[in-house]
Amino acid sequence: MNSERTSKTAATAGLLAAAFGLAAAADARAGQQEGAWVIENARIHTLVEGADPIESGSIVIRDGRIVEIGEVSAPEGATVVDASGLDVFPGLMDSVSQLGLTEIGAIAATVDTAELGEMNPHLKAATAIHPASEHLPVARANGITHAVVAPGRLGGFGGGGSGISGQASIVHLDGWTVEEMDIEAGAGMVLSWPTLSTRSFNPATFQPERRSFREAQEAYDKAVAELGEVLAAARRYHEAGSADSRRRDVRLEALSPVIRGEMPLLILANRAREIRGAVEFTKEQGVRMILLGGAEAWEVTDLLAEEDIPVILGPTQRLPGHEDDPYDRPFTTPGELHAAGVTVAFATFGSSNSRLLPYEAGHAVGYGLPQDAAIRAITTVPAQLFGLEEDFGTLEEGKVANLIVVNGDPLEIRTEVHHVFVNGVRVPLDNRHLRLYNEYRNRPRPR
Amino acid sequence: MRRQRMAALTLPAVLLAAPLAAQTTVIRGGTVLTVTNGVSEGPILIEDGKITAVGGEVHVPDGAEEVDATGMFIMPGIVDAHSHIAAESINEGSVSVSSMTGTGDVVDPYDINIYRELAGGVTTSNILHGSANPIGGMNVIIKHRWGADAAELVFEGAPPGIKFALGENPKRSRGTPPGVQPRYPATRMGVVDVIRQAFLEAEAYRQEFRDYEAAKARGERLLPPRRDMKLEPLVEVLEGTRLVHAHCYRQDEILQLLRVAEEFGVRIATLQHVLEGYKVADEIAAHGAGASTFSDWWAYKVEAYDAIPHNAALMAERGVLVSINSDSAEEARHLNQEAAKTVKWGGMTEEQALATITINAAIHLGVGDRVGSIEVGKDADLAIFDRHPLSTYAVNQMTFVDGRMLFSREKDRAMRESAAAERADLEAKLAESEPPRRGPPGRGTPGPGAGPSGSEGGRR
Repeated sequence: MNSERTSKTAATAGLLAAAFGLAAAADARAGQQEGAWVIENARIHTLVEGADPIESGSIVIRDGRIVEIGEVSAPEGATVVDASGLDVFPGLMDSVSQLGLTEIGAIAATVDTAELGEMNPHLKAATAIHPASEHLPVARANGITHAVVAPGRLGGFGGGGSGISGQASIVHLDGWTVEEMDIEAGAGMVLSWPTLSTRSFNPATFQPERRSFREAQEAYDKAVAELGEVLAAARRYHEAGSADSRRRDVRLEALSPVIRGEMPLLILANRAREIRGAVEFTKEQGVRMILLGGAEAWEVTDLLAEEDIPVILGPTQRLPGHEDDPYDRPFTTPGELHAAGVTVAFATFGSSNSRLLPYEAGHAVGYGLPQDAAIRAITTVPAQLFGLEEDFGTLEEGKVANLIVVNGDPLEIRTEVHHVFVNGVRVPLDNRHLRLYNEYRNRPRPR
Repeated sequence: MRRQRMAALTLPAVLLAAPLAAQTTVIRGGTVLTVTNGVSEGPILIEDGKITAVGGEVHVPDGAEEVDATGMFIMPGIVDAHSHIAAESINEGSVSVSSMTGTGDVVDPYDINIYRELAGGVTTSNILHGSANPIGGMNVIIKHRWGADAAELVFEGAPPGIKFALGENPKRSRGTPPGVQPRYPATRMGVVDVIRQAFLEAEAYRQEFRDYEAAKARGERLLPPRRDMKLEPLVEVLEGTRLVHAHCYRQDEILQLLRVAEEFGVRIATLQHVLEGYKVADEIAAHGAGASTFSDWWAYKVEAYDAIPHNAALMAERGVLVSINSDSAEEARHLNQEAAKTVKWGGMTEEQALATITINAAIHLGVGDRVGSIEVGKDADLAIFDRHPLSTYAVNQMTFVDGRMLFSREKDRAMRESAAAERADLEAKLAESEPPRRGPPGRGTPGPGAGPSGSEGGRR
């Protein structure tokens, strides 16, 4: 964690703005202040297992952390935020996003989501996250305080090719540099599971292509076998011990934490048979798996529950995969998985739409997912999945102060976000959209 | 002209719809969100597909079907002013003016998205041509009469329209597919030129016919001018009988279109997407165009980088009639939630928000007298939600089109069960009749791990 860096943020803000006359930057950072904070008179949803919300209480924040919570009085010098009638929740966590890796989807020059090649375990998202991306303040303004940023072609379901696209990084959605944003640079190894498909699209010829099922099966088996070989090579490399005497292989080195079970494989798979294949593979290999996407996870709930494989679901608001699926198949899947005892988290897999995270979770509530499970699935659950439960996911003394102050249920669209704290600092809610809105709202009537 | 063909299409719809709708239904209980007359209590009386009473003491004829909506919220069926579902194809992009084509010729009544959207409360959709060219094809407005054939889906009596498109798409910013010839225009200058040239051609064409008619009236015997199927829809645009729905993003291109249209005395019916509409809201209002926009999409291309979720509210504040559309079979399934975003971003009232997906969209499409609100005399197109439809948790329970309940959660569950039973039956028969094979060859053949929907088919 980097709480010691936090206090620099606000001071540097003022200096930089003054030095370069960056009026816009100064405005954007105007709400940020260092020092202690106290949020008073709030309904506090700690999300601590089994604990009811605190109907009216205070949260004291110092040096990036929650230091006191409950019936406490404001420490001297603390900046007071009156939250009468408001609700405090842990900051929302987008469990898979591409925040900071892409700015304008159609302009390749602004897109750093996926590298060439199928075996890039040594690449890290954090090395390409653009701290000045306009997407970050937009997501933040709707309560997203931290996010997993994952490399790879994650948008399509099964259409993105297969292989290891690199390491996902977890970042605060605020900071002057990516180092200040850092929570965990190597949080998981992203693997797009091979798809067993007879149809594909060739972008070079702009034509759909078909192959026989046997060919598809053979290609699939070969791809899975190759993955096994890569992990075997990583194991041999690791077992050979110190790298002093030979040439380092950064690829195999990067896989070390995976084979040691310290870093989860984040496996993007949507079809049931591919999910089965991935589960079987990780079991054989003795590595940890978190399933990403999981469009057909509902078909294999028992397997996922038995093997204790958590699922970071792709957007709830998507079309069913098949014409004869129930119309609400993607809406009911989260509730079905939860009922079967599968651990579920939500993610947007995107960037500009990361702010929609609470609604992806909320949409599942109407279709059977308990409301408290939906909130946990974007706060406490992802923190646990990535081993961050000591610092994130609930409101407790000692935890990193990533939290939001809202006027109601954060899963409801009409609820407004009043304050956002990232790493113990209240961040401005200003963003590109608000700036344009205010600018043009004040446009004089044309003559 | 084109109208003849439309008439041929719509006639059977009228004949067939009438007997099917000849029934009386009363919806009791629930909160009625009329959209145009505030919130009311029920009941709602439906006779012959029309709303005949809302609230008060309603005389219910014997034998009327009773629907219990206690605790629920009844709103007008949702109207989606921008859709591409239920069409076999949508882009004739080989030419820069494709006004001779139209989605009405390629309606696909079996598209499952008609039903999926019906389940989300959508009852009317504007099926537009794509945005490949400055002047695209003609549109068709459908009602989500799931189960009806192509002709019956068509919203009878809806005014015809046509798609225009500006900016990155018609200028083919992302290049042309391999083997495809580059095509004029390649700039926004060219786009506006193509539109002006087309209007000039249409004017000249109209004049030819006027001259011919005048000569005929004088008793001269002349051959009539040759008909041009590309220009006839554009003459209708000049005459104001065909509505222009124009895809646009940036404020400069929006203004250019309005000015070119004004040059020819044309009023643009709707600006579609219109993501920078908030920058020129006064000009849009002065021209009298409607604006049909997305709730909050942005940054997917340069011309969407200045998109803001306050767009709808800001344009409305400046006097523009605004609707929220989907342009997506997925988004259309939760337009109620998209409308809720106008409350969050820009502070629209709940009633204004609901209007963006009902009456405003209906007015945009020229069917505001038929649908879009719960009023006596209007079509009985209704969506019934279990909670206030602006809630994230609201689930549509029933959808009525022309007074017929074409979707309900209950019916849907029953259909699923019978479909599952049928599928299991077929799979069992297949297993009996076929020796085991290696490698199932195609759609729907069950294999280990394929599961009930493990097929290669479907729409992706």
